[in-house]
Amino acid sequence: MFEAILLTVITASTPLVLAALGELVTERSGVLNLGVEGMMIMGAACAFVAAQLTGSPYIGLLAGILGGGVFSLLFGLLTLTLVANQVATGLALTILGLGLSGQIGEAFVGQPGIKLQPIVFPLLSDIPFFGRVLFAQDLTFYLSVVLVIGINWFLFRSRTGLKLRAIGDNHASAHALGINVIRTRYLAVMFGGACAGLAGAQLSLVYTPQWVENMSAGRGWIALALVVFASWRPWRVLAGGYLFGAVGIGQLHAQILAQNLGIVIPSQFLSALPYAATIVVLIIISHNRRTTLINTPASLGKPFVPDR
Amino acid sequence: MTLSEGPTTVPLLSVRGLTKLFGSFAACNAIDLDIAPGEIHALLGENGAGKSTLVKMLFGVLQPSAGQILWQGAPVTIASPGEARQLGIGMVFQHFSLFEALTVAENIALSLDPKISLARISDEAASLSKAYGLPLDPKAHVADLSVGERQRIEIVRALLQNPRLIILDEPTSVLTPQEADRLFETLFKLKAEGRSVLYISHRLEEVRRICDRATVLRHGKVTGACDPKQETPASLARMMVGSDVAEVHRDNAAALGDIRIEVSNLSVPARTPFAVSLKNVAMKVRAGEVLAIAGVAGNGQGELFDALSGEYPVAADEAIRIRGKAVGRTGINGRRLLGAGFVPEERHGHAAVSAMVLSDNLLLARSQSDKKAFLSGGAFSVIRFDAIRSATRRICEAMDVRKSGEDPQAGSLSGGNLQKFIVGRELDRQPSVLVVNQPTWGVDAGAASRIRQALIDLAKSGSAVVVISQDLDEIFEVATNIAVISEGRLSEPHPAGTLTLERIGLLMGGIHESHSNPEAAHAH
Repeated sequence: MFEAILLTVITASTPLVLAALGELVTERSGVLNLGVEGMMIMGAACAFVAAQLTGSPYIGLLAGILGGGVFSLLFGLLTLTLVANQVATGLALTILGLGLSGQIGEAFVGQPGIKLQPIVFPLLSDIPFFGRVLFAQDLTFYLSVVLVIGINWFLFRSRTGLKLRAIGDNHASAHALGINVIRTRYLAVMFGGACAGLAGAQLSLVYTPQWVENMSAGRGWIALALVVFASWRPWRVLAGGYLFGAVGIGQLHAQILAQNLGIVIPSQFLSALPYAATIVVLIIISHNRRTTLINTPASLGKPFVPDR
Repeated sequence: MTLSEGPTTVPLLSVRGLTKLFGSFAACNAIDLDIAPGEIHALLGENGAGKSTLVKMLFGVLQPSAGQILWQGAPVTIASPGEARQLGIGMVFQHFSLFEALTVAENIALSLDPKISLARISDEAASLSKAYGLPLDPKAHVADLSVGERQRIEIVRALLQNPRLIILDEPTSVLTPQEADRLFETLFKLKAEGRSVLYISHRLEEVRRICDRATVLRHGKVTGACDPKQETPASLARMMVGSDVAEVHRDNAAALGDIRIEVSNLSVPARTPFAVSLKNVAMKVRAGEVLAIAGVAGNGQGELFDALSGEYPVAADEAIRIRGKAVGRTGINGRRLLGAGFVPEERHGHAAVSAMVLSDNLLLARSQSDKKAFLSGGAFSVIRFDAIRSATRRICEAMDVRKSGEDPQAGSLSGGNLQKFIVGRELDRQPSVLVVNQPTWGVDAGAASRIRQALIDLAKSGSAVVVISQDLDEIFEVATNIAVISEGRLSEPHPAGTLTLERIGLLMGGIHESHSNPEAAHAH
């Protein structure tokens, strides 16, 4: 029972972690992309369609990553090259993504999907209690853990990551130092898009292997909040992602439990819990202003136009 | 160039006919400049003379519209700061190009070869900073450092690349006199090693003290090249400004009247991690007095101004009294109604809305304090355009504001003219208390002397004036009494005549009378 709950928590949390990690890198470069929800659902649609057409969930996974990445390129073009407002463009990207993915997936509604199968590590998965939870998961879970470690190393140990943080802190100074601000931001935006696409692919290939319109169901927005919650640090994204995932799963179990006990709790109240938790946690986090200010990319959301 | 001068006279850097156009406006116009190896060369000029534009071109941040740059006699194109560094040009910017959220070592690493490890950079930076007398902790976050320390990072960063030419843009504007002396020692060391320094400044005394040659810019053109040691400050100023600058006149100290603004026991916690908290600030300013508050930038000047003006009211109502009335919790308009006037530091976006015309800016500031004059119709508050336009005209005439058109946008005025308007806007009310923060920051010498004279005249007519400034020349010009702010603490006021530059410098460095142990300054 406990193991089963843990497994569902992981499945529910992985897309949040993946999407938030991508957005974290984007935001560390100083770009605020509110289109996570749109990129995620595009990834979900592309992944499902590609898996159906080829019969391979791995090609589906790749298509999801590509779908999110290419879709984010549109955001990059508008905000970085054409210097459009990032907030408005991000919102438009979400609306566009929700509509476009509905079109792409229309012919596939109701078809049984192909599930991405777990990769089981022999011996390790036999460890009692957490063996099956940690070592008999699908590729997306392993990727999420590798990405946390990788991004943490990249941001705080590598020179390229240092440049990325510098651009996010003060793009004018970074430019004066000869760092290519626009190119770095394009790459960061595309990485964010690819991660959101991967998160979407997880939804349509692992979480609920089928295509349903709007199946991202606001997870992109939670991922966005998660980045702030984590004060732009990868390990905290992992922790926060699992917290939100656990609250989400917990409320389902609480509903069943309440039903069995005959207590009447409006189901809307319980399904609103993750979102209420988001708000509460954000309020608590923003209390420590020093950590927030040191970690917040100072040029977040500000357009950069080099004066030449 | 003759042969007898030998090969060493090939200039390290030459500039021929360098021009930079922004639209049809020539920020730099056909500039010629030669910098010899091992010399400290001054680039003198008013704000807006084109100094910064010129050095940005030399450092590859901007591309010239026309003209040529020669490095050791060979023509070069400097397409980026990276290329400038490769040639051997290092730059210390006026507005620091530092990243507040990163550590000192990380900041330095950003401009170095990516193959060098962060640990080695830390070591080299530490040893270099020791060799040149610029103490630095590589692991500290920039956000936690003082302005002087931040400048050291910039200098060490430039030195780590072993440059032949170091460009310093207004380096002493943020330093105490003692810190400036240390910087000069560093510059002499660099010169002794055969490196060249391009030293940008509008401070004539220090240019005469340390520079071997000077090139003077005005309106984007070279107006003179000279040996600054052979010139007087007045002759240099004439080259910079193009005419003689009016001297500020002050009569003998008039008798002081009643206390107009009194601050006692004012403590304000820092609003943000980067702000300074005010600690037990106390002061009294009488009618007829100009109290000048000196201090290095970032020591609580802005916070003190916010508390005095009521932009951020303070918790203790009794801590601030204007004309005897406790106003600590009163907002800015309430204080204005008591006869106080306030001029904040930033012209654009704070003291004035750049995109609005002058008359609108006048109304914004005085809509409450001059309600009767500017608004009619009772609760409807209909704007009386004729009244605000004539008041605008009156202010512009009184302060000699040069503008294009009758009522132009605030943003279209030059810094000096807009500042004259903003100060004039308050003077026009004949405030009985005036608080000004950095009244002549980034303003040309003509406008600065006009503003200073107006402040002195206001005090003479029986008002109390508080001037917060970083410019010590200005402080000595206008002050009756001088107090120094350091790390949010305000010193006792001293009569201006009894203070020397040295003494103010010590106070600015945070050495207070109570504990004059020199070690105390290094302890923090």
